[in-house]
Amino acid sequence: MSQYQENATIIRYEQLSEANIRLTLQSDAIAGAARPGQFVMIKTATGKDPMLRRPFSIHQTSSTGRLQILFKIIGRGTNLLAHCRIGETLSLFGPLGHGFDIHTERPACIVGGGMGIAPMLFLAKRMSRLKKDTAGDTILFGGRTQMEVEPLVRDFQQIGMRCITATDDGSYGREGFVTEIIQKLKLPQETVIYACGPEAMLKQLHIYTQVKKMECQVSVESVMACGMGACLGCNIPAHDGHYVHVCYEGPVFHAKELVWK
Amino acid sequence: MEVVRNRDPYPDLRVKIGALHLQNPVMTASGTFGYAREFASLMNLHRLGAVIVKGISLEPRLGNPPPRIVETACGMLNAIGLENVGVEGFIADKMAYLRGIDVPVIVNVLGDTIEEYELITEKLAGVEGVAAIEVNISCPNVKKGGVAFGTDPKMAAAVTRSVVERSDVPVIVKLSPNVSDIAAVAAAVEDGGADGVSLINTLIGMAIDLRSRRPKLANVIGGLSGPAIKPVALRMVYQVARRVTIPVVGIGGIDTAEDALEFMVAGATAIQVGTANFINPRASEDVVKGIGEFVKKEKLPSIRDLIGTLKLE
Repeated sequence: MSQYQENATIIRYEQLSEANIRLTLQSDAIAGAARPGQFVMIKTATGKDPMLRRPFSIHQTSSTGRLQILFKIIGRGTNLLAHCRIGETLSLFGPLGHGFDIHTERPACIVGGGMGIAPMLFLAKRMSRLKKDTAGDTILFGGRTQMEVEPLVRDFQQIGMRCITATDDGSYGREGFVTEIIQKLKLPQETVIYACGPEAMLKQLHIYTQVKKMECQVSVESVMACGMGACLGCNIPAHDGHYVHVCYEGPVFHAKELVWK
Repeated sequence: MEVVRNRDPYPDLRVKIGALHLQNPVMTASGTFGYAREFASLMNLHRLGAVIVKGISLEPRLGNPPPRIVETACGMLNAIGLENVGVEGFIADKMAYLRGIDVPVIVNVLGDTIEEYELITEKLAGVEGVAAIEVNISCPNVKKGGVAFGTDPKMAAAVTRSVVERSDVPVIVKLSPNVSDIAAVAAAVEDGGADGVSLINTLIGMAIDLRSRRPKLANVIGGLSGPAIKPVALRMVYQVARRVTIPVVGIGGIDTAEDALEFMVAGATAIQVGTANFINPRASEDVVKGIGEFVKKEKLPSIRDLIGTLKLE
């Protein structure tokens, strides 16, 4: 489990919608070591404000050492990143955390909600390479509106898994929440759910998989200072009354390990 | 006559805190460097002056509920709540690795009562590989209505005396800046027998989310660290260094060698790199390197010749 600090050059900038940006970075060491579900810490300012790095899940990597992140502009850090230009470098630290445990012999249902879709492209691609057959696998991917979902559809469709999209307002794909749609899919019990998205979505998936006695892996978010287990700032409650730390024990957990309020 | 030049490419960076000898003045601040192992693959641990590990209490502590940290202008607030493995877990699980890093290991200790400080010190006495103890006195004294030990010179001296009596290694006392006269606390701690003082611990602050009108930390208040506190830390190091004769260790917003050197000019014998470790895991090693370059460039016989050289008219 090697981690690297690397100055990565921005080689591609895609504005997928008004607030959603995808950056492609040349980051050989980190891209080479990364596994699906892991994340990187990125310094968004050259000075001291914002001071801390920001965590970003790895959207996908390539064998040529490229690494992508997908993010929504929400605060000052992401706003600065959105104003980066091709050719500039960013300080990356990673790959960090514990990613998804990929079951190669069992069917998969990959569920992404909103920006939670970001790590799922990496997961789906790695999975399709590791598995003999992805005919029984599903990617279920939802957002608020067409703007959030449509720009990513082609990337997912290329993988060869069944791809189902949904929007809250019905402007693209099916209408409704992914947590409603998944119930209609009649997934076999041995299916493993891999999910990332808003907490309410993950909670509903946890309840659903508990009832159906299915395995559910979730990638969760937290504020964090270091990303590597030093600051202990990213704790969340675990079912046994203790805390777990998102950065090094996660960000991927079995849903049943966590406390769902 | 030929002048004999010092051709040693390695500048003399050695400093001393009581009987504790350091190859250079750079340490890692407690709570920002885990138990060192976390950083092993990211930097050369053996280049450091010393490693100070996460604060240890008598019993393991779970710490505070989330959110525990929030970023503020040029700094961050934390209310981790002293999450740690407890002194026995520390000795059993963490010391074996730390003994192998070839750098003095300083154990930061904390307690709710004087008795807890005493028991931890007794448990650490004789443990191979513990080079010194740093006493965190910013904790509330539960037997005295929760007033922090470090805010009252008498209580600070009493804790110091208790630890010094039971310790077989040098004792450094880490001072709280949340007082009106930090030099008075430092003087009391010196009377208590401390081998050195380190300062500053975090400044108590808070942050509010205007939309929800809720505090941004679950604990409501937390400790401010980072470059935002450096001027306050520098001032306090200056005041304390003029008051006490024991070595002073400067802490507070040190990101670079320049920051570290300023603290030494103000009177610090050594320094600690804290919050910067979160942003650049190699920060402490970079500071060592920068200090060495400075000593060479300024042609100082040793780094010790910089300590307390502040020029006042």
